[in-house]
Amino acid sequence: MLQQLEGSQALAKAIALCRPQVVCAYPITPQTHIVEGIGELVRNGTLKNCEFLNVESEMAAISVAIGSEAAGVRSYTATSSQGLLYMMEAVYNASGLELPIVMTLGNRTIGSPINIWNDHSDAMSVRDAGWLMLFAENNQEAVDLHIQAFKIAESIKCPVMVCVDGFVLTHAYEQVNIPEQNEVDEFLPKYNPHISMDKKHSYAIGAMVSPNDFMEVRYLAHKRQLDALDVISNVREEFLSKFNRNSGGLIRGYNIDGADTVIVAMGSVLGTIKDAVDNLNASGNEKFGVLSIISYRPFPQNEIKKALNQAKRVIVVEKAFALGKGGILSQEIELVLKGLNIDVISIIAGIGGRIITKQMLMECFENPKDKFQFLGLNRATIEKEYQSPCISKVGKE
Amino acid sequence: MSSLTMGNRFGRNTTVQSENNRPNSLTSGHRACQGCGEALAARCSLDAAYIETKGNIAVVNATGCLEVFSCAYPENSWNIPWVHSLFGNAAAVASGVAAAFKSQKKDIRVIAQGGDGGTTDIGMACLSGMFERNDDVLYICYDNEAYMNTGVQRSSATLTFARTATTLPNGQYMGNDIRTGKNVPEIAMAHGIPYVASASIGDIHDLEKKVKKAIHIKGAKYIQIHSPCPLGWGYPTENTIQLAKLAIKCGLYPLFEAENGVVVNSTAIDNIISVESYLKGQKRFAHLFGKNAQVNSWKVIQELANNHIRKYKLGEVVYE
Ligand SMILES: Cc1ncc(C[n+]2csc(CCOP(=O)(O)OP(=O)(O)O)c2C)c(N)n1
Ligand SMILES: [Mg+2]
Repeated sequence: MLQQLEGSQALAKAIALCRPQVVCAYPITPQTHIVEGIGELVRNGTLKNCEFLNVESEMAAISVAIGSEAAGVRSYTATSSQGLLYMMEAVYNASGLELPIVMTLGNRTIGSPINIWNDHSDAMSVRDAGWLMLFAENNQEAVDLHIQAFKIAESIKCPVMVCVDGFVLTHAYEQVNIPEQNEVDEFLPKYNPHISMDKKHSYAIGAMVSPNDFMEVRYLAHKRQLDALDVISNVREEFLSKFNRNSGGLIRGYNIDGADTVIVAMGSVLGTIKDAVDNLNASGNEKFGVLSIISYRPFPQNEIKKALNQAKRVIVVEKAFALGKGGILSQEIELVLKGLNIDVISIIAGIGGRIITKQMLMECFENPKDKFQFLGLNRATIEKEYQSPCISKVGKE
Repeated sequence: MSSLTMGNRFGRNTTVQSENNRPNSLTSGHRACQGCGEALAARCSLDAAYIETKGNIAVVNATGCLEVFSCAYPENSWNIPWVHSLFGNAAAVASGVAAAFKSQKKDIRVIAQGGDGGTTDIGMACLSGMFERNDDVLYICYDNEAYMNTGVQRSSATLTFARTATTLPNGQYMGNDIRTGKNVPEIAMAHGIPYVASASIGDIHDLEKKVKKAIHIKGAKYIQIHSPCPLGWGYPTENTIQLAKLAIKCGLYPLFEAENGVVVNSTAIDNIISVESYLKGQKRFAHLFGKNAQVNSWKVIQELANNHIRKYKLGEVVYE
């Protein structure tokens, strides 16, 4: 049913429809409204047979989910930014233990300086932690991805992180189609766990593994991620036929055929990018297309290569970068396109919630001056800082 | 003579360990050192819980010696459902297991276990959270008074003046002079949880009794078990039980139970001994008695014991 909802409220409803039996909550902006919403649905009886735990830290939140999944129960939690780093050790642990937890990451930058606004620094900090990572373009997709996430996670025994841009999505009111309970029940049947902790199916999990076997364990975890490429695609198909909505999957092209320049991005900025590209295509000679990356982990290299190999130029708009190196997503795209003679340009945008307008993007897409640049960087502030006795400028930029 | 004279009463008061249906929750073949107090404490505790619940227990283990020696792939010594996640999160993982069972309406009792480092230091936040929510978990801390698995470093449970790898005595420095350690049973009591106890492998009857009682109580429970470590403390492996007994007898390890934040009973000591006889058997205290020792420095430890004797009403203080 179509409803006008805040993104977080829509997600709370969607997650409740998936019938998790353990949900743990710890506050951090901008994720907080989601778990508040679920708590309300538990208390008012909408979400039944669910234990809602207010824990004392993110480390506890993810650890509780580890425990409940180990005992064979569908489990959910959410976090952002500093919270994700606070649980970091257990983020790796959850994937190593093959526990299909679903976690929302309300994307927010990482301090210091402390800043509560959106970018993808938090997600990028766990890109090698063994979780599947899916990025939502809008609130409808965020809702749909969560419903798909439980199915994907449970079918391959791997945790899934659904990345939802903080504020831009979590706090935005949009029309969202919330599916009916019976539809979700048909799509996502009752959890049939591969492990539990009763004496009939007793397991010891979390053994120490020596150099003799550790690499094989890691190889298999990598292999499982690659297998997930098919699973994610299949679940998207299944979702499409059940709900008649094209949500999720690995990547999504927009005006890609015959495009000279393809813009690549993840998350909510894709909406603005598509607007910018529509305007450019309506007026200019150069033809622009857009490639959304939905599945960042596993990284769909072959699909990306197929989508981009006809382009002359690829511009990656990325909301995080590696200090001392440069773009992260753009590096990965560059590797995929290696040897194809396609220019890859990296635009670092929206860091710490910096505004990204259609106008800024259009100017930049039409005439990207440098191969690596910060969108809307305020030179005056930087020059002023260089005047300060506390900061030394060594060498040239 | 009546059949109830002393000599004929033994059979009535056996431990789970002496029964032939002993479940061996932690079975043989593991890699613990000879004389390991922690292995013994874990088996006694879990076997008691197992018998009491007809095997309906699930165990969460913190990182530490116990986890490392019991479950190194492809070998596993646990005859019970067991999960190891991390060093500092066992209490929270156990909260999750308990929540899962509650949501499924399964009556399986949840135990979390870890060493003193994993409990009183790095696990403290998760432990306190579990207590505060009164989650239905029995947390057992096997207290060997240091980080043994990483090579005997000081923890907040290390006894005053003990030599550890990070508190090596040197000249005027007597080793671990950082106050008196963290009293986690009392911290647990301050949360007002239904049950807290201290126990020791020096008194297995008492230990089993406490575990059997705790395992049925709904809500958060904490038992801290004194578990001597031959390697870390420096004593012959056959002396583990003996040392645990001496720690009880001198008052350094008071055995008590508390309910809802109040001490309800403690085990009186028959013949209180001096801490000297306990300390002297261990290399970690050798510097207190050698020729370079500061005169009577060990009396600081006697004072700790005397404080326990008074506080937990273990008897009359004999050695001032
Ligand atoms: C986050 C983290 N920090 C440090 C370690 C290293 N570490 C593993 S076991 C251990 C010592 C455990 O001491 P304790 O909890 O007292 O158990 P014991 O080995 O003495 O039984 C340490 C420091 C770790 N595994 N994880
Ligand atoms: Mg220890």
